[in-house]
Amino acid sequence: MTSVRRGTVLGGILLVLLVWLVAYPLGLVLLESVHVPGGWTLRYVFRFLAGSNEWQALWNSVWTSVASVVLAALIGVPLAFVFSRLEFPGRGLLGSLIALPAVLPPLVGVVAFLFLFGETGFAARLVQSVLRLDNPPWRLEGAWAILLVHAYSMYVYFYLFTRAALARLDPSLAEAAAALGAGRWRTLTRVTLPLLRPALTGGALLTFMTALASFSAPYIFGGGFRVMTTQIVATRLNGDYTAAMVQTAALTLVALAGLWLVQRGEMTGSTGGAKGAAPTPIVHRGGRVAATALAWCLAIVLLLPHATLLLLSFVPVGTWTVEAFPPAYTLHNYLALLSEPERLRPLVNSLWMAGAATAAAMAMALGAGVAVVRRRSPGGGMIESLLALPWAVPGTVFAIALATTFSVRSPWTARAVLVGTLWLLPLAYFIRNLPITSRSVLAGFRGLDPSLEEAASSLGAGRWRTLRRGTLPLLRPALAAGASLAFVTALGDFVTSIVLYTYDTRPMSLEILSSLRDGDVGVAASYGVLLMALSALAFGLTADRSPESR
Amino acid sequence: MTAFLQLDRLTRRFGSVVAVDGVSLSIERAEILALLGPSGSGKTTTLRLLAGFESPDAGRILVEGQEVTGIPAVGRRFGMVFQHYALFPHLDVGQNIAFGLESLGVRGGDLHGRVEAALALVDLVGFERRRVADLSGGQQQRVALARALAPEPRVLLLDEPLSNLDPTLRERTRREIRAVVRRVGITTIIVTHEQEEAFDLGDRIAVLRAGRLVQAGTPDELYRAPATEFVAGFVGRSCALAAELLEAGDEGARVRVEGAVWRLSGAPGLAPGAVRLTIRPEGLRFVTPAPGTLTAKVTDRRFAGAQAHFTLATDGGATLEVTAEPEAVPLGARVGVEPTGRGIHLFSPEVA
Repeated sequence: MTSVRRGTVLGGILLVLLVWLVAYPLGLVLLESVHVPGGWTLRYVFRFLAGSNEWQALWNSVWTSVASVVLAALIGVPLAFVFSRLEFPGRGLLGSLIALPAVLPPLVGVVAFLFLFGETGFAARLVQSVLRLDNPPWRLEGAWAILLVHAYSMYVYFYLFTRAALARLDPSLAEAAAALGAGRWRTLTRVTLPLLRPALTGGALLTFMTALASFSAPYIFGGGFRVMTTQIVATRLNGDYTAAMVQTAALTLVALAGLWLVQRGEMTGSTGGAKGAAPTPIVHRGGRVAATALAWCLAIVLLLPHATLLLLSFVPVGTWTVEAFPPAYTLHNYLALLSEPERLRPLVNSLWMAGAATAAAMAMALGAGVAVVRRRSPGGGMIESLLALPWAVPGTVFAIALATTFSVRSPWTARAVLVGTLWLLPLAYFIRNLPITSRSVLAGFRGLDPSLEEAASSLGAGRWRTLRRGTLPLLRPALAAGASLAFVTALGDFVTSIVLYTYDTRPMSLEILSSLRDGDVGVAASYGVLLMALSALAFGLTADRSPESR
Repeated sequence: MTAFLQLDRLTRRFGSVVAVDGVSLSIERAEILALLGPSGSGKTTTLRLLAGFESPDAGRILVEGQEVTGIPAVGRRFGMVFQHYALFPHLDVGQNIAFGLESLGVRGGDLHGRVEAALALVDLVGFERRRVADLSGGQQQRVALARALAPEPRVLLLDEPLSNLDPTLRERTRREIRAVVRRVGITTIIVTHEQEEAFDLGDRIAVLRAGRLVQAGTPDELYRAPATEFVAGFVGRSCALAAELLEAGDEGARVRVEGAVWRLSGAPGLAPGAVRLTIRPEGLRFVTPAPGTLTAKVTDRRFAGAQAHFTLATDGGATLEVTAEPEAVPLGARVGVEPTGRGIHLFSPEVA
């Protein structure tokens, strides 16, 4: 069999799998939104269009996402400039610390935020005890709470994108502008910012899509403020399946529209490419002290929620009532978590499901790399689009789509009952991981010099040896980056889990939520810390210094 | 009258490294000065000090007697052509050239006219709306030159302007740069590490080494009368070997080189004793080996048309290069050499 034929066969298999697992469920959602057991109907669509609640939720989703983009940019972009351009003590350490929220599961960040800024949180208690108030000074609820959490967790996208772009920016461009008589402001507006445009567009797109798909923050802090993701889950819990389908379809359309709008406005820009400017040491003594103090304060503010989480994980249940600081500390929460089988179960669940999903997604991505990049099999563009699609579609939407597809036994339409089994949640993780792994792996394959493989075969290395000694080691950074990001994403997943979990497959995120509901703050916190530690470990083991985009 | 541009004991340190160490130079109006030196000699730092991208730790820069040391790059009105051109990739050719003019407040038809004029200067009429990325390396180089010249700067600075071009383009671009700079009549400083470039472009050459100015002069002066063994080796080819100065007078000197004693013309300005001798390839000719001549074995011969370059290993272990007729001596032969009367210089041994 020739390699071209092999590529075609491999590409065909991938295409069939992807159509079945990615496109088909989404298509079914669209179909089911106009289909009821009795036949076809547009009733639910009209009800959606007429319903003020639904429109309100959709509008809330859109405007909070846009506002999140603005807020995240306002924090992330200046921060990137400070850390790229100024040299001060602690720059390196702080620079990586403030990128931390990107690698932490959203739910952990949200819970940490709750413990710090919630009405019974650390900050509120402190203010309450200092001012001797009878009631908590504020309630962390509604749109502003969601925006606060979004700004806090999403500035990182702008920060990382801008820093990476600034690092690639040829410093002689700014010098050229100065030599041509352009002052700081003109250099910034006419040279630097236009060159950062691709990075800023990328940051904006990522923030918008993440905010639109955000579930944890609105779920926990929303209160009466409904956004589309929480609305869908609520509608579904009410048993109104067709209405939930219509809402799901509407959110999908908004997400795709957002994607299209931003990509249309994007231009391909290259900055020419020498090394970036070295940071300027701040010569003025006062300036240096001020910049250092400011940067440290900022970093502390940004890291405080996670520090709070860590602190709370050592507080015994029920001992912390009115004091500003917890009166007692214990390891009991962690011991409970590890010694009680019921408590340990979610950890085991999360680990095996995330591991299996990551392994499967990596295998699929490698297959796609061979088929699309190496063998140039027909339908390559289609394969790539389908691999990327789950990224553009909010997690809630995919969860609903999978729950719909795999709730019916119908072999002729390629449907089976997976709802309520062990397999649905890992399957969902796998599909949600496809964009992450395939992006890294495909980029890795594209970065490979084909003549290296040719060189290997001309040196007498067989196909297997070429792969094992040549291709795989060269791909390792890309594989490691993709795998660790996918694993961490699946490990901390909450959005799809809350729709698809069963008691036997309940993951850590849901255990955190239920401990929180039971008032078991210490256990929730220790689970949060464990999740953070595992995420950090996964990244640490595969550390690749370049900032990964998502 | 003082020179148009003066560098007065310029010094720049980076930590414990003295990148530029008390460099003083005078450049006349419309003169082209080449800063020549190996990498790390401080030539680029000197240029960046002139541009205002770096501030000197000591020393002054004066233009027409006026000090400009404290003026930042933005206000200095020195044009610069960067090694990688640093053209703005998001602006087209015309916008790149207009950039500096707009800083001066030039607008409207005047702006357009001056952009056109700058393009005409570098022979790129009609390229105004082209994207920078679509240009060849040589064209980008010319746009960078036009952009630097358009605002009519007082001094033009060129940082290794040819290093990014492939060798076949270099010679042509070198001629073009020279022609444009001559036509504009601008005072120019060009940094290079290639002596051929420096010879071709510079009215004068300043040789830098380890941050210090070693010698400044016309190409002929540097070749004929190098101030140090380093200049003799760096500007033009030459081999160096140890010798003993037996006698030094006003009309000449006698030196012992291995077994031979040579008479050299010119006053060496050195006391008798151990010396270093640098010999250019045209400084020696072949003779029949005999007692009292320097004898060597021909180890290599490189044919170069009208002449050939012979590499010799002397009996004392030194290596020499001699340029002669292609058929002068066969490879492997034992030959004698004696001075031709030019291209040999004596230096004191302690200053390497």
